[in-house]
Order: sequence, then C-alpha cells, then structure tokens
Amino acid sequence: MTSPEVTAIRSSLPEAKRPERSRRVDVGGIEVSVVEWGQENDQPIVLAHGGFDFAGTWDLFAPLLANEGFRVVAWDQRGHGDSDVAALYTWEADIRDAAHVIESLETKDPVPVLGHSKGGGMMNQLAEVLPHRISAVINLDGIPNERGFSNQIDRSDVQALEAELADWLDHRRRAGHTSRRADTIEGLAERRQLMNPRLSKDWLRYLVTVGAKQDSDGWRWKIDPTLRFGPSGAWRPEWAIPRLRGLRVPYLGVIGTVKEEMGWDTTPEEAFPILPDGAEFHALAETGHFIHIERPDDTALLTADFLRRVL
Amino acid sequence: MKTVFLDHVRSKLALHELRGGEGRPLLVLHGLGEQSPSTVPMNLQQWAGPIFALDFTGHGASSVPLGGGYTCEALMSDADAALAEIGPLTLMGFGLGGYVGLLLFGSRPKEINGLIVSDGPGLDGGGGKPTSPQLLHVQPSDLDGSTPDPWALRELASDVRPPKYAADHLRQVNALAGFDTAIVVASLGRPEWLSAIIQSPVVIEADIATGLSTFSSP
Repeated sequence: MTSPEVTAIRSSLPEAKRPERSRRVDVGGIEVSVVEWGQENDQPIVLAHGGFDFAGTWDLFAPLLANEGFRVVAWDQRGHGDSDVAALYTWEADIRDAAHVIESLETKDPVPVLGHSKGGGMMNQLAEVLPHRISAVINLDGIPNERGFSNQIDRSDVQALEAELADWLDHRRRAGHTSRRADTIEGLAERRQLMNPRLSKDWLRYLVTVGAKQDSDGWRWKIDPTLRFGPSGAWRPEWAIPRLRGLRVPYLGVIGTVKEEMGWDTTPEEAFPILPDGAEFHALAETGHFIHIERPDDTALLTADFLRRVL
Repeated sequence: MKTVFLDHVRSKLALHELRGGEGRPLLVLHGLGEQSPSTVPMNLQQWAGPIFALDFTGHGASSVPLGGGYTCEALMSDADAALAEIGPLTLMGFGLGGYVGLLLFGSRPKEINGLIVSDGPGLDGGGGKPTSPQLLHVQPSDLDGSTPDPWALRELASDVRPPKYAADHLRQVNALAGFDTAIVVASLGRPEWLSAIIQSPVVIEADIATGLSTFSSP
C-alpha cells in the first residue's frame, strides 16, 4: 500500500524504478534482503552499496543496466534497508554476506560485481578471497589511497581520539534503548542532503520513500540505530593497496573528480599505480562521490560496454 | 556468586560478582572461548576489594548474537558496560581480555587506574599486520546458541592488532591520566601489540601478585 504522498514523490522521478523481484537470503543466522531488476535468464551482475546506503540507492542505475541486458542483483547490507539488524557489524561479516548473496544465484559460473564506495572496497576483497567466483570488478569511488578516509580523525591528536573513543562508547551505552529520530519526508531529505550535497531534492525525497519507514509519529530511516560512523577500530582501507594489483580479473575503476565528505578522495595519480594490470580507469569531471546517481546513464553505458568486452 | 545481566546494545551480558566488599573493584576479563570463573581464583585472592568478572558477548552466560561480526572494539564496549555498572576500577585481563583491557583503558583512562595482562587464549589475535584475507566459515549445525560462539573463536583469532594501534591507546592513558605505573605485563606471551607498549616507562614486567599490590592502593 502506497500513500498518495509517496506516489506523488515517486512519480516526480519516473526514471527511478523499484526492483522487480525480492527475496531473503540466510547469511548464517540473520537474513538479508536481495532484490533484482531485469530478465532472470540474463547475465547476472551483483551490486554492493556504500556505507549507510541501501539497495534502493540503485533505483536510477539498475534499471538502465537491466535495459542493457543484465540481471541486476543487489542486497541491503546487514542492518541497512530491509535486511535484518545484527548485534555485531564488521567489514569481514559484510564480505561474508556478499558471498552468500552470490551463492544464492544458484550458478557456479563466476559473476561480475560492482561496488560503490564501501561496497567497492568490499568487492576488491571479495575478488581476492573468491577469485574463482568473480569474473569482473567495477569499482565506483572505492579505490583506496595511503591517506585513508577523508573524514577519519588524526589519531595522533590526543583530544580528538579521546572524544571519538568516548563518544562511540557513550553511543553504545545508549544504543540498545534508542531509535532513529522521526521526521517528515522533507525533514529526512534535508538531513540527508548534508551528507549528499550534490544530489537533487527530488532524488533525496524519493530515497526517503524507499529507505525510511512511516511510523505513527513520522518517518525514520530503516538503518539500524545502533550503527554509526567511526571509530573503525584497527582496520584501515589502505591495507588493501598492496593486494589490489594482484587481482587477476578484468577491472574497471571509476571516480568523480569533485571532492566530497563521503568520498574516498583517491586521485587518478594515486589510483593508476595500484590498479591491477590492464585495468580500465575513468575520472569523471564535474562528478562527485555518488557517480551512479549523478550520472546513471553514463555509468550504465560504461559498465555494459566494459562487461561486453571482457566477459 | 551473584550475577546481573546487563542489557547492552543487543546483548545480555553476564556480570558476575565473585566477591563483594569495600574498596577498589577488580574486573576480570577472560580469554577467547573462556568464561568467567565461578569463584575467586587463587592468584587473585590477595585483592582487597570486590572482584567482578564479565562474560563477553557470545561467551559464558552472556547471549549469543546471530551471524557473528566480532571485533575487539565491540568487546571493549561490553567491558565498558561493566564499567558503567561498577564504577571506577582496575582491570585484570587474560589473553584476549588483556588486549580488550588495553583498548578500554585507552578509551576511559580517567575511570581505570591500572591493567594487568596475563596469558590466556586469544592473546595474539591475528597478529600485528594484515595477512591474506579469508572467508571464515562456520558449520550451521555448530550454531546451536551455546557458548562459546564459533564465530567468536574464528573472528577473534584472526583480527589484526597493529602495534601502532596499541601504542596509541597507551599514549591516551599517559596523556590523559598520568600514572607512574599503568600496566603490569605478567604474561610470557609477547605478541606484537604487547611488545609495542612494553618499553614505556609506565609499563612494567612483573607477576600478577605484584600487579595486584601495585593497583590496590587507593
């Protein structure tokens, strides 16, 4: 059942399309939500969203890729979107969940994967641990650099680290008893604009209708309220740098050249030397971190053209 | 032994009071796959104050989360829930509990006056440097809700514990609290994370008894 308000918002963005099929996949005690666009017997490709996003953020890009002849499969990472919340979250568990999603395709043939941001980093690692199951990697602004994430604190700054560690532990002390703040669709769209400053208001309103749920007191993002940014612990994105070159799958890297809060900020000069041999790489001008949302047509064409050549 | 269950994030944590009494409390953190002792161990008897022991998530009488995802930071947050319940205290960590204790000490240096690290399962974790990533697997039939959680055994034996990361936590203790002695290393084991802090003037190598007497004075 869709309310008239939601129908109006979604119809203002007719090019965005909800998935055609959905199912749930057991990833070892909890379930993740898996969705698909396109013909079931077309070549599958698996999409991995970024941190604090969800499968609905593919609603512009995935239908275009489906039109190019692909069965587009995406999932909500644990605690995100329509997937179950977990008690514990790690990078490694997210990658394990990705392997379960690929397993659920019921094919032994290797499949291409595409990841955005955190999802891109995850797909880099997945291609290393399951080289026989991955036929190509497409990475949208998830290529590491030696500087780490743009928004991570300087750990040599005692006061900054003290605040980060204490804030995180204080959050955990409260987290079991809190829920996300309820707001109007407009209010949630405005708050998300702070993290997604380059995306249109129409898109952000649309995103609320698929990534938030309506309770009696207003709309709330579905994402698990116990999740929050930092501290990431000992793990560092730059650990992947010496491993990236060793991938033996066809590899396409795409970055935007406009720096953003959520971006990985890797420059072409940093990316070239660490990419696998023969990798293709595109730096898109006047494009920020959310490449597939800002330029869905170009990204779908780049992806489809690349896959037709390498698969 | 009295046990309270702490409602922490999505876990129920078993916090055992092994001995009541007045004075500075000691919190015992067990090793990987272990659980809290049910009575005060012989080597801790000399502690004058009350003695508590926490079962980490997925261990002992604490709840078992679904789908794994263990990190030492999540376990640090378990121990922080015990700290919130008990108030300022001294930490005694065995194996994995020693490393988790260091993380908590660096995060709450004004509420902890010392840490004793002793040997126990999970002291090393996955070493100091990232090695080949792997896809960990647990037989579904092994996930019957009993402790220790097989996911904990696998994930916390392969987590990376960089020396610099450990050293950062000790630096926080020094910069924010300033003890003459902050950590007593009573273990034979010397994983990289421990070697990285042992040269500090506030870390001494001594036995558990020395550690207990060092930190018991008000």
